[in-house]
Amino acid sequence: MASELVKNLTDTDFDASVKNGVVLVDFWAEWCAPCRRLAPTVDQLAQEYNGRITVAKVNIDENPMVPSKFMIRGIPTLLLFKNGDLKETVVGIAAKDDLSKLLDKHLQ
Amino acid sequence: MSIERQVIIIGSGPAGLTAALYAARANLKPLVIEGVEAGGQLMLTTTVENWPGYRDGIMGPDLMTELRAQAERFGAEIIQGDVSSVDLGERPFRLTVNGAHYAAQTLIVATGASAKWLDLGVDKKLSGRGVSTCATCDGYFFKGRPVAIVGGGDTAMEEAIYLAKLASQVTVIHRRDTLRASKVMQQKAMSTPNISFIWNTEVVDIKDPERGEVTSLVLLDTHTGERSELPVEGVFIAIGHVPNTKLFVGQLDMDANGYLKTSNGSRTNVPGVFAAGDVQDHVYRQAITAAGSGCMAAIDAERFLSGVAHADADEHAAATA
Repeated sequence: MASELVKNLTDTDFDASVKNGVVLVDFWAEWCAPCRRLAPTVDQLAQEYNGRITVAKVNIDENPMVPSKFMIRGIPTLLLFKNGDLKETVVGIAAKDDLSKLLDKHLQ
Repeated sequence: MSIERQVIIIGSGPAGLTAALYAARANLKPLVIEGVEAGGQLMLTTTVENWPGYRDGIMGPDLMTELRAQAERFGAEIIQGDVSSVDLGERPFRLTVNGAHYAAQTLIVATGASAKWLDLGVDKKLSGRGVSTCATCDGYFFKGRPVAIVGGGDTAMEEAIYLAKLASQVTVIHRRDTLRASKVMQQKAMSTPNISFIWNTEVVDIKDPERGEVTSLVLLDTHTGERSELPVEGVFIAIGHVPNTKLFVGQLDMDANGYLKTSNGSRTNVPGVFAAGDVQDHVYRQAITAAGSGCMAAIDAERFLSGVAHADADEHAAATA
C-alpha cells in the first residue's frame, strides 16, 4: 500500500527528521494489536497529505531512546511536530477524521 | 446520494462479524462499519481459552481475523470508520460515516462496550503516560518496574497475571474484600509470587500530572477512611466497561447504564433495528454469547425483511387504530 510514503525513523536520525515542517510520527511495535489497527489510517494520511507533511513511524523495540525521551508509556502513540517542536500527542487508536483536523490545524 | 443496503451492521467484534456471516449467507450482502476499535475487545486480549472448539485456546486477534475472513468469504463488505450520526426516524435508516451517507432497511447495532476509566480526570490526562486500560499493549513499558491494577474481575486478574511476567511487582487494588473474578483466574493470580492484593481500597488520586508521568497512587481505605500512597510507575484500570450507545441516545431505548434494551430476541424499540453483543448485555459479556446474539440479530433482520410488507401493513393499522 502507501507504506513507502511512511518513513522509518530511528534513534539516530529522529531529531534531524522532525526539524522541518509538519511531521506526524507513529510509535508502534509488532506485538501491538491496536498499532496494527491504526497503521492503515496512518498510511492513508501519508497518501492524502503527500508533499505537505512528512509521515513517519518508529519501531519502539528497535529504537528505545526516542520513546523514552518523549516519555511514551503506551502505544500506539502519535506525536505531531512542527519545525521540531512537539505540538500534539495522540494516545491510542484515533479516527482518521480527527487526525485530519489536527493536521489541518497545524498546516494553516 | 446514499448507498442503500438491506442490512448494515455497526461494529466488528464477535457480535457484528457473526451477524455479518449469517446475513451474508442469507444473501443480504451486509455492510459492516467496523469502527475505530475494529475487532472489538478481543483484539486487546491474549489467549481466549473459553471459545468452544479450540481446546488449547486461540489468540484473541487471531480469532477475530478468522471470523472476519469467514464473513468476507460469504460476501460481507467491511468498511473502516466510525458512524458519526444515525437517523432511525423512518426506514430506510440513514447513517453518516466519514462524511459518506448510507441507507439501510435494517440495522444491527453491535457497537460493544469500551473500558471504563476512573473518572478522576487525572487518569485520562495521564493516559499513555503510565495510566492504561490495556496491559498487553502497554505492559512492555514497565519491564522491571512496579505497577498497580485497579479492579477485581476476570479482566483485572488476566492483566495482573500478564503484567507479573514483566513488572517487578504487581499490586491489585480492589474496593471490596472479595474478587469477582472466576475461581480459576483468582487461583492463578494468587499463586503468582509478585502479585499482591490491597482490599477495600479505592484510588482517589494519581500523581504526578505536572511531571506528565505516574509516580504514585493515593489510596483510600474504605473501612478506616485512612489515606496512603503507593509508589508505582504504571496503573492499569480494569473496572469494567461502558456500552457504546451515545449515537443512539433519544432514538433507542436504554437502561439506566446506557445498555440497549432488547426484547423478543434481538429487537430494539425501533422495528428493523436489532442489537447484539455487549452493547445490550451487561450480564454475560462473553465472546461466545456476543457471537450467539449476533447470529440471532441476523436471523431476526432476515425475517423482518422478508415480512416487511406485512409488518408495514400492521404498523399502519396500529397507527390508524
